[in-house]
Amino acid sequence: MTDTYLTDKPEPKIIRASVGQFAQQYGVLIIIVALLIGLSFASDSFFTARNLLNILNQSAPLAIIACALTLVIIGGGFDLSTGAIFGVASVSAGYFAINVDPYLAILAGPVIGLVLGGINGLIITGFGVHSFLVTLATSLVYRGVAILITGGALIPVRIAEFSWLGRERIGMVNVAVIVLVLFMLLMMFLLNRTTFGRKVFAVGGNEEAALLSGIRTNLVKIMTFCLSGGAAGLAGVIAVSRISMAEPQAGMGLELEAIAAVILGGTSIMGGSGAVWRSVSGVLLIALIGNGFNILNVNPFFKDLTTGVIIVVAVALAASASRSR
Amino acid sequence: MNGCSKIPISKPNGRADSTVWTGPLWCGPVDSMAGADMTDTEIAVRMNGVAKSFGKTRILNDISIDFLQGSVHALVGENGAGKSSVGKIIGGYYAADEGTVDINGETVSRFSPRDALQRGVAMIHQELQLVPDLTVLQNVFLGLESQYGGILVQGDVARFRALEETCQFGLDPHAKVARLRIAERQKVEIMRAVAREARIIIMDEPTSSLTEDEAERLHALIARLKARGKTIIYVSHFLDHIIANCDRVTVMRDGQVIRNDSMAGETKQSLVDSMLGQASEISWPTLPDAPAAAVPPLVELKDVHSDTGLDGVSLTIRPGEIVGLIGLVGSGRTEIGRVLFGADRITSGAYLLDGQLQGRLTISKAVQQGLALVPEDRRKQGLVLTQTTRPNVSLASLDKISRYGVLDQRSERARVKRMIDHFGIVPGRVDGDVAFYSGGNQQKVLLSKWAVDKPRLLILDEPSRGVDIGARQRIHEFIVEMAEAGTAILLISSEIEEVINLSHRGYLMSEGRIFFEASCADLNVDEALNRIFHEQGADPSSPERIIA
Repeated sequence: MTDTYLTDKPEPKIIRASVGQFAQQYGVLIIIVALLIGLSFASDSFFTARNLLNILNQSAPLAIIACALTLVIIGGGFDLSTGAIFGVASVSAGYFAINVDPYLAILAGPVIGLVLGGINGLIITGFGVHSFLVTLATSLVYRGVAILITGGALIPVRIAEFSWLGRERIGMVNVAVIVLVLFMLLMMFLLNRTTFGRKVFAVGGNEEAALLSGIRTNLVKIMTFCLSGGAAGLAGVIAVSRISMAEPQAGMGLELEAIAAVILGGTSIMGGSGAVWRSVSGVLLIALIGNGFNILNVNPFFKDLTTGVIIVVAVALAASASRSR
Repeated sequence: MNGCSKIPISKPNGRADSTVWTGPLWCGPVDSMAGADMTDTEIAVRMNGVAKSFGKTRILNDISIDFLQGSVHALVGENGAGKSSVGKIIGGYYAADEGTVDINGETVSRFSPRDALQRGVAMIHQELQLVPDLTVLQNVFLGLESQYGGILVQGDVARFRALEETCQFGLDPHAKVARLRIAERQKVEIMRAVAREARIIIMDEPTSSLTEDEAERLHALIARLKARGKTIIYVSHFLDHIIANCDRVTVMRDGQVIRNDSMAGETKQSLVDSMLGQASEISWPTLPDAPAAAVPPLVELKDVHSDTGLDGVSLTIRPGEIVGLIGLVGSGRTEIGRVLFGADRITSGAYLLDGQLQGRLTISKAVQQGLALVPEDRRKQGLVLTQTTRPNVSLASLDKISRYGVLDQRSERARVKRMIDHFGIVPGRVDGDVAFYSGGNQQKVLLSKWAVDKPRLLILDEPSRGVDIGARQRIHEFIVEMAEAGTAILLISSEIEEVINLSHRGYLMSEGRIFFEASCADLNVDEALNRIFHEQGADPSSPERIIA
């Protein structure tokens, strides 16, 4: 039943442990660098500014959601409604752009998202229901609202004052990429340099300790959901302005992709630890895999499969590393 | 007290005994190697040259200890000396980096707690490991439920009663563990180990959350287990308990064994000297003078009731005064602290702070008013273990180190560094990994959280539980320092001696009520205990009724 091992020499273990810790800490970055190098050799068209910026541009909406979702997950929550909020923001922005004002439409997306996220937060803290259940339910409600707004139809939005957000460039760099970078920096600042960030870590790490330190834990949680909703709204607006079409079904499954990216980056699903850069790395890793498949002309059916396997391996490695502590 | 002494418990009934394997009997699992040299002093566990490191920190070095079968073997040492780690290696929680561990004559290494259990080793943790949503009964028999082909059948209740005859804890088998207090959860853990017929039981600070009376019954149980040939490894800071109940002792310091000895002839002082490496006195600090009677109280409770069981509590605490609450676990000590801190709501009565009636005091308002609470369970309620020292220390005073919500990290570091120096926290890194600190240093981090800004009221719930002697003395000095600086202090501790020696005034509690108030200079431990037992309407020799 129980095997008896002999103790082995401990010498290389310390080295192995620190290499293991490094790999656990920066695993995503290591894989990204490996992919960058590998794909550069595999194809001449890969390692060009144009292609790399294109990858960033295409993954900007997902990355924006993942950045804010990181705060929710560090705070011990879970948000399954970002895809649906993305949909509501998309159609509302389209509606506003056509019927009211294109600039107001750009603002409307994030604001509506923020409100919907706030509703999530209020239900979660008000009734003490787990965020997983609440956002699962509200995602259905929000998706329903998105369909009701357009009656299920698509809204074409061809207005230059609106579509610059998703289409224009400043120099070589897409506006969407700049928005992503600014948003990422904002989230990093919030998480690492403000009292709010400290509270998020504390609430996710030990809610009772946070409460007994005088932190208004419910308020902190509501704010993280506001941020997550707002980010989903912003992402929705960018997507609509890019394809000039608002559709209520937009962003289906995006919430799972965002969660996958956050976990892949190494933020703990248990809350209390993690980082924004990790989630962006997770997004980039997923995007690089997709790009690699395109460039190498591999059957795209394998793309999801590969991504899934990588997530499982990454999470399993992180779990085994933390267990051996 | 009265003359009726405790009656030793006769052998449990046959039903319980039929499944008991009492050590080296022929009916036990056949051991291929054993059998040749079966002597009275068989070695249950032998550690030989064991070393263990975490990262670059070496926590155990060349540990060699023989634990004799059927003995109660104490491990003592300051926190961080490595005694819990020794327990965890035997219990299968840590793998030794070097050296060998023999259990019942067989060398094992890299084995899991599950393997350890199969070899008859059970560990009772400082951090208890129970399933909170299950009942006492379900937890005790978790994994060994009465079953037939995987389908649960009746019979666990009877088994529980049989077990209860050995343990005599007076627990309700159908109570949910989540609703039990720490002391009771600990009893569940112990019953669980007994139910598993463990031959080697490691107890890490088993009495730290028990009252004296409960501790006594635990020791009676240990004596019964020992009589059945079980080996008990007893890790504790309570030297009195160790001297009274253990046969052998291993003193540890800085991850090394200082000496392995028989307990005969040991005194508290001889153990402390070995632990600290130099002679030092066990002493209580001198209290500052109590504030004059004319000083108006900082906080006052008048006939307070609460849903948590407070039943007409009235008390006052003045600035600079240390007030102690004395009572058994469950008497409402913690609940008074929580009401004062705004953590629990008052259903009737009045709470005055600075003479002002407090309607709906919330914790965040209480903190803004300068109230502070150090909770009894530092890992569950006090520290954010996913974070380092710095954010833990700053957690309650973020407003003081920020402007418009943006942190001033430089002043934060300076503040945290100041607290690390003040308390002598080791390791002294501002961003040290608190999760791996010893109990004493974790407690110091927790105290720093409030000490960094002088609070007006400091509520300390079990401030020295599970803490080594050095840290304990530092914490005691700290309490006195704070009182000298004018902080009102409410001291809650299961250790009556601690409360009496560190408080100006003491309130005796029972069943959510304060029934007696006295100057602590006029009070001694025996008298306090007598009064409590008397108040409960039970006499000290039949304590079952008190705890139930």
